[in-house]
Amino acid sequence: MLIRLEARPQSSKAMQYASPVIAALLTIVSGIILFSALGTDPWLALYTFFVEPLTSVYGVGEWAIKATPLLLCAIGLSIGFRGNVWNIGAEGQLTMGAICGGGVALAFYGSEGPWLLPLMIIVGGIGGMAWGSIPAFLKNRFNANEILTSLMLTYVAIQFLGYLVHGPWIDPEGFNFPETRVFHEYGWMPLLVENTRFHAGVILALIAVVVVWIFMSRTFTGFQVGVVGQAPAAAAYAGYSQKRVVMLSFLISGGLAGIAGISEVSGTIQQLQPIISPGYGFAAIIVAFLGRLHPIGVLLASMLMSLMYLGGESLQMNLNLPLAVTGVFQGMLLFYVLGSDVLIRYRIRVGNVVKES
Amino acid sequence: MDGWDTALAILVATIRAGTPLVFAAIGELVTEKAGVLNLGIEGMMLIGAVTGFIATVVTGNPYLGILAAILAGMATSLIFGVLTLSLMTNQVATGLALTIFGIGLSAFIGLSYVGTPIDGLDPIAIPLLSSIPVLGPLLFNHDIMIYGSIALFVLVGWFLFKTRAGLILRAVGESHDAAHAIGYSVLKIRYLAVMFGGATSGLAGAYLSLVYTPQWAENMTAGRGWIALALVVFATWRPARVLVGAYLFGFITIIGLHIQAMGADVSSHLLATLPYLATVAVLVIISRDATKIRLNAPASLGRPFHPTA
Repeated sequence: MLIRLEARPQSSKAMQYASPVIAALLTIVSGIILFSALGTDPWLALYTFFVEPLTSVYGVGEWAIKATPLLLCAIGLSIGFRGNVWNIGAEGQLTMGAICGGGVALAFYGSEGPWLLPLMIIVGGIGGMAWGSIPAFLKNRFNANEILTSLMLTYVAIQFLGYLVHGPWIDPEGFNFPETRVFHEYGWMPLLVENTRFHAGVILALIAVVVVWIFMSRTFTGFQVGVVGQAPAAAAYAGYSQKRVVMLSFLISGGLAGIAGISEVSGTIQQLQPIISPGYGFAAIIVAFLGRLHPIGVLLASMLMSLMYLGGESLQMNLNLPLAVTGVFQGMLLFYVLGSDVLIRYRIRVGNVVKES
Repeated sequence: MDGWDTALAILVATIRAGTPLVFAAIGELVTEKAGVLNLGIEGMMLIGAVTGFIATVVTGNPYLGILAAILAGMATSLIFGVLTLSLMTNQVATGLALTIFGIGLSAFIGLSYVGTPIDGLDPIAIPLLSSIPVLGPLLFNHDIMIYGSIALFVLVGWFLFKTRAGLILRAVGESHDAAHAIGYSVLKIRYLAVMFGGATSGLAGAYLSLVYTPQWAENMTAGRGWIALALVVFATWRPARVLVGAYLFGFITIIGLHIQAMGADVSSHLLATLPYLATVAVLVIISRDATKIRLNAPASLGRPFHPTA
């Protein structure tokens, strides 16, 4: 008996929708096995992971605000991934956005006005864009691999943030803690629901989803991105500029990641600290793939991924399990998503190959 | 004399800092020569580092720790192998998944070992040779893993370019269809190459957690797996250049500490960006000549293979 893969004559539409569901189910099954192995009641653990966080209004607010940076980063990345442009440095662009936007709040310390928050968001977006444009420029001009350069620049951005909050930007009245002054209230994202942390960054993320959706499905440039990604030879023949797609993908994804950074900082901590993200920029890569690089898919996937962050915290608080469970789940989920996709183009056949005469 | 001692200390530290990169990059070189791009080095290194560390704590024997790290690295690489080779998933995305998974899993299993002290590997002085002035302490008074990394480099160079098996492996990386047509099992060879890369990544991780800084800390590889990937491009897929590049990066990694030790008032955060900025600079310089990269890169690199007949 042999299990083998047989190419489908056409890729399966049904499997395109079913495969993320299969992947999610496999992750849950693996979770049950993992929790059992840890000696925890798996049903209690799954309940604590997936349901418990959403049993309060505050929890639902947390769900939304953790989904926000994931969604902003992933929706931008999904454009590049469609165009076969691999921006792995969203985490760095997010950090740069937070630095630039936060820098605005600090620069205008003492002379704030209602214009502060919009200015912070714009400058944050530009900061992320600028940081993202570096790998794109190096790719276009010098053919340097964008995966490696964007990732290296992430480490640089994080160290740079560390330098700023330990050094020149440290709060002068902060007892030498490595953090900046708290921004003025004009620099805070407005709250949408009282007594939660549910802030207006969510609206920015939803706007981004709609804009990207229109861009990808209704504009010629969006169409070109897809062609360059799927059929580079055809794109070259049609005269579409691959370099333009590279730069555009990085500018959009970098800008959105920058907005994610400033939205996170002004919405939840209202100051700069050495660590401002638990890896949203990396998790966004998983979100983009889990969402099949489609805006609506990415929206749903960011909600699932956000729930995983909350679930990890909930497990830590209620069952005393390590927070790192979240990372294990994220990795497994992405494995299963990628693995299940094989079912779209191939079907599984059991039995020996039938020899044709 | 003092200047000499400092220079010698810097060179020895350079070799130590470069060794994990030698292990990881040499393994990835073999994997890529077979036509597979595994971006999951960072994840495999972390799993190797944590497994090697735990095995050393439990057994008290660092050599068993090294063995455990090799096996763990191979096991992790098999996940990548099954997905990309048997299920034909996208190699870039799967490698990223492996890194994310490795970071999470290693943090998870190593949690109760953070801060546990261990005895690292002691240097083994080679008799007679190690008593040569300057050269002795520089080359002949290291721990066994450094000698092992040099041996690995020699073996891989010999295997790839002087043996029939190495020729077949390169053929698979250049044109999997042609290799398949001649009758070689492309998938089997690629599985072996991926597992070899996993084993050396495990070794690279073990070097970090058992020798370089004998302890376990979450995410302790700090991007070295990615630097190793850049090194392979930098070396245009040639083992000797990988070795040179690894020590060059080792030097850049440690020089910041020495600058600070000499009393220069530079932020340690800014100094820590040096290896990453250097990687970008090196990639730019090497990749500028697109033809050179195209000629040297294995032609089937990153392309999935589905045997049709």
